[in-house]
Formats: sequence, C-alpha cells, structure tokens
Amino acid sequence: MNPPIRVLVAKPGLDGHDRGAKVIARALRDAGMEVIYTGLRQTPEMIVNAALQEDVQVIGLSILSGAHNAIVPRVMDLLREKDMLDVKVIVGGIVPDEDAAALKRQGVSAVFQPGASLDAIVDFIRQSVMTGQPE
Amino acid sequence: MDMAVAEKQYTTISGVPIEPLYDAEQLQDFDPHRDLARPGEFPYTRGIHESMYRGRLWTMRQFSGFATPEETNRRYHYLLEQGQTGLSVAFDLPTLMGYDADHALSEGEVGKCGASISSLEDMEILFRGIPLADVTVSMTINSPAAVLWAMYLAVAEQQGVDWKAVSGTLQNDILKEYIAQKEYIFPPRPSMRLVTDTIEFGTRHTPRFNPISISGYHIREAGSTAVQELAFTLRDGMEYVEWALERGLQVDEFAPRLSFFFNAHSDFFEEIAKYRAARKLWAYAMRDRFGATEERSLKLRFHSQTAGCSLTWQQPYNNVVRTAIQALAAVLGGTQSLHTNSLDEAYALPSEQAVTIALRTQQILGCESGVANTADPLGGSYFVERLTLDMEQAATDYFRRIDEMGGMIAAIEKGFPQSEIANASYTYQRAVESKEKLVVGVNAFQSQDQPIELLHIDQTAEAHQRKKLAALRARRDNSQVRKTLDALRRAAEGTANTMPFILDAVRVYATLGEICDALREVFGSYQETAHI
Repeated sequence: MNPPIRVLVAKPGLDGHDRGAKVIARALRDAGMEVIYTGLRQTPEMIVNAALQEDVQVIGLSILSGAHNAIVPRVMDLLREKDMLDVKVIVGGIVPDEDAAALKRQGVSAVFQPGASLDAIVDFIRQSVMTGQPE
Repeated sequence: MDMAVAEKQYTTISGVPIEPLYDAEQLQDFDPHRDLARPGEFPYTRGIHESMYRGRLWTMRQFSGFATPEETNRRYHYLLEQGQTGLSVAFDLPTLMGYDADHALSEGEVGKCGASISSLEDMEILFRGIPLADVTVSMTINSPAAVLWAMYLAVAEQQGVDWKAVSGTLQNDILKEYIAQKEYIFPPRPSMRLVTDTIEFGTRHTPRFNPISISGYHIREAGSTAVQELAFTLRDGMEYVEWALERGLQVDEFAPRLSFFFNAHSDFFEEIAKYRAARKLWAYAMRDRFGATEERSLKLRFHSQTAGCSLTWQQPYNNVVRTAIQALAAVLGGTQSLHTNSLDEAYALPSEQAVTIALRTQQILGCESGVANTADPLGGSYFVERLTLDMEQAATDYFRRIDEMGGMIAAIEKGFPQSEIANASYTYQRAVESKEKLVVGVNAFQSQDQPIELLHIDQTAEAHQRKKLAALRARRDNSQVRKTLDALRRAAEGTANTMPFILDAVRVYATLGEICDALREVFGSYQETAHI
C-alpha cells in the first residue's frame, strides 16, 4: 500500500466564497487522501510555507475572484525559489480559457473550471502524483 | 426497469421528498385563518399588500459595479435609461474587506468584482449626475457598511438632499458573513455593535432608509438547503432585533425598516413556499416574541436575486431560461424587488448586452406574462400550502436548536450553521456526481459550447485608483484626518454610537482603509477556525 497522497487545499486572495474549496477538500479526503485545508485569505507566502511544512505532493488553489493572474504566478515563483517544483499545483475556479492556458505554461498542472466533476479531479491528482514520482 | 421506476426518489433540489399528488388529505392541519388570511392581512402569507403588483410592480434592481467609480457611474446612467427603477452597488473585494485600493492585499483585486471605493471622492464620482432624492440605492456592503453609508450620506448632503428623503438599503448583515460569505473584518460582537449603531442612527435620522437587509442569499449560494436559508436568515433577523432592543430602542421604532434578501433558486414550488413561510414566520415572531404592534413591523419585505450558483459555465445561453424560471418564482412569492442574473455570470461580471437581457426578462414577466394581475395566484394550492407549512415547521425546529445554543452568535462560534451548510452542499454535489440530480449541459445533454462575448475589466483600473488616492492623500487636510480618526477610536473604545464619528472622518476624506484600521485597532480582527 502506498502512503496516502497529501494535498494542501488553499484559498488565496480576499475572497471568502469557500463552498468549492470545502467540497473539494471533502471529496479528496473521501477518496483516501490526506487533506490540509488552509482556511481563507492566504498569501502566496503562507501557502508555500504550509506546503513545505506539511510536505504535500499537491497544492489546490481555489480562486473565484478573477485575481488568479496576480496570485498563481507568485505561488509558482516561490515554489521555484524553494526548489519545490515537484509539488503539483492545480487551480479550480472561474478562470477563462486563455488565462488557464497561460497558467499552464507557467507550470500549473491543471485548471478545473466550473462544472468539473469531483471524480475527474480525484483521478487527475492520483495520475499526476503517480507519474511525477517514478520510483 | 419497472423496479427502477418504483425506487426513483422524487425530491426537491434541497432533498425534500415530494408526494405523487397533493389534495385535501395533506392539508388536514391547515387552518386558513391562522395560516393564510388575505393578502395584506396578518400573517401575510399571501403577501404584504392587499393588491400586490396591481398597485405597483416590484422594483427592478440590477446589482452592478465594476472597475473604477467613473466606469460604474456610466453603467448606472445606462441602466436608468433602460428603464431600471433602482440602483444596486457592487463593491470590489478590497472595499468589502475595508482595504484601500493601494493596500498590499488589494493587489490584483481592485475593481475585479465590483466598483473600487476608497474615499468620499470615489463615492462622489459614483453618483455624479444621479439625484439621490429621486433614486433608491441599495449597497451590498457588510463589515465596513457604516463607513460606506457615511460616504453615501455625505454625498446626499453635498447634493442638498435632506437625509429624511434619502431612500435605499444597506446590506449590513454581518451574521451571514460569519455563516456563509466570510467577508468579515472584526469579531462578531463588535461587529454587532456597529450594526446596532447604524440601526439606531437610521431610526433617528434616515426614516426612509433600510439600515439592514438580512440576507439568506449568500447562505443559499454557500450550498444550504431552502429550509436552512429560511431558518438561519430569520434567526439572524431576531438576533438583530434583540441587540436593538438591548440598545434601548422600541421594537416598533426600528422594525418597520428591517428588510430581507432571499435567493431565487431553481426548484420552483419550494422557493415560492419559502417566501410565503418567511412572511408568516416573521409576522408571528415579531408579534409574539418581540411584542411588536405596528403593522409595518410585522410585514417582511424582501429583495430577491436569482441563484448565481445555478448558472452554468457550459451552454451559457441556458442561463437565460434558468433565470426566467427563478424570477417567476420570486414574483409568485411576492418579492418587493428583484435582481435577475445575466447569462454570462458563471464567467465574469456581466456584459451590457447580457445585463439588458436579464432586465428584459423581468419586464416580460411584469408586462406580458399576466402573473402580476392578481395577488398570490397560487394561494390555496394543496401542494404550495403543504410545502409552506412544512417549510415553516422545519425552520421552527432550527430556531429552537439555535435558541438552545444561546442564540445565533453562540451557534456561529460553535460552527453550527457553517457545518449544516457544508454538509448540505457536499450532499448536493455528490448527488450531481451520481446523476441523482441532473444539471442540463453539465451532467446531462452535454454539447460543444460556442464562446460568448465577455466583459473585460480594464486592467488600468488599479493604477487609476492608486494614483487618485495618492493625490487625495497629498491634497486633503491631514491634521483634520488624524483628529477625526482619534475621536473615532475613542468613541469605539466607549459605548457611544460610532456613526457621527465615522461621518466626521469621511467628510474630511479619511479613507475607508484608515477608518477600518482605526476600528481594527480597537476591535481586533477575526479569524475563523476552518472546518471541512
């Protein structure tokens, strides 16, 4: 048995709409993952520090406010600075297609837009953690 | 196959089982005098006015705001020209959280979800050319509501409009922020003191302004059931009444100006029953729990907005149809004002074209459908009356549980409403996942989407707002700013009503962020314990 996948679910920015973040956190936990939920209003620095301390394999960012272009690149920069690029970053929320493509070019593994199924997200995380750790 | 049909569960979107048929047998406990009466008569189940929309249609009030106050002002002029009858201001996240546009945490958020307002100067621009004596204005602002309201009243002063003539609504419902939307600044008790300050100030100075709009909308959007929306909202309302009574106000002095705000979700009859039960529950609570005697204190007036969370990213034109059905439920439920969502709002703030279709939807309901010709056309329907009674009963059970916990603040501190909502939202999402609940275009009848034209927020809004703010800080009398902020801090430490002090600070162009910082120093900031 592999140890459970560890995921940090984070809610950056000023927005307080946490319905999506909480549903995802619960779905990942029900799928057998260990989920750490940061709560609201986390800065990129707080998120990356929490990811380091909790030794997670995946960071899930929930952003609905349109601030993704300001927030996500900073998270990616900090991961690069701390040599943590093996941590997969996935983004969920209201992210237009062209922004999603740009975020992926900056190293985001996946962007899940409204209507994405919970099973698809669970499957994606399992697959990407497996392929990311060949041993 | 037959077995599958027999086992199929018919439930509302909230998961409430529905019978194959409703008739007199299900209404044996129904007492028309106690439960229904006539429209305009206690307990107002059928509506608060005798003739309902024959007297006047509901107010068509589209919530809007984006980017700079200059751009939002242009949108307001457009909406008024299109026949909209009231304004409703959407503020951006920094404003909602009490930060100026030039604060570090505002980076990337200025003007994104609404208009950016950092000072009285921005508020003056927002309402340029709009006479505040003639237009009713609703402002969706909560934690820093007292500050934005003070700015609004200061603009009215500048226009020479008597405060007694100013009419509109402040959302100012902090309890639902802790429960659902999570845009709070201060801890619950000092926040309740600020709300009570505005209710008291309004009672004395602005008799036509609703100082609070007690909101279920956000509770529902956070994933609650219809019953939870109803129960938590009305119980929040009772909490505000208790605080105002504690302050020494008489119930009939302030209760007529309490207003409500509900969601208009997709389950048509469940929603209609929710509005009818709300009026009835409030009338009985005000009369029997608080001893109100004025008729206006007993009447629950509400705004409604179609359900943002029901809008789909997939096949966005379907959202026009969803919104029309939801709006019809709000009208048949007797709403006083209505916002219809635009088809593109799962993507972005609405484009001008999309918001026009949304407004036209209301105009078609009002002018063409005939549903406004008679009061409460569904009154007496076996199904609707049964649902209304059940809704009332389930909400009453929640009231009892919350009372036993020691009231809504104690319940919030325990995380009770928060976890009830989180459970409901997860249950619903699982039902969508398993296709027990179908969402057209999402888990049924999928097809390839055509891209739609979206509103793009001007990326220069943030720089524009910062530049304007820097100029203001350099231009204003900073000694006056310091003096008024010191006076506000002292008032907040004591028990005086803070509104006059906030007004003094606003008039000398102290910024939203500076005023909220002064209050943060006294009240502290709130952090919730996150549960999943």
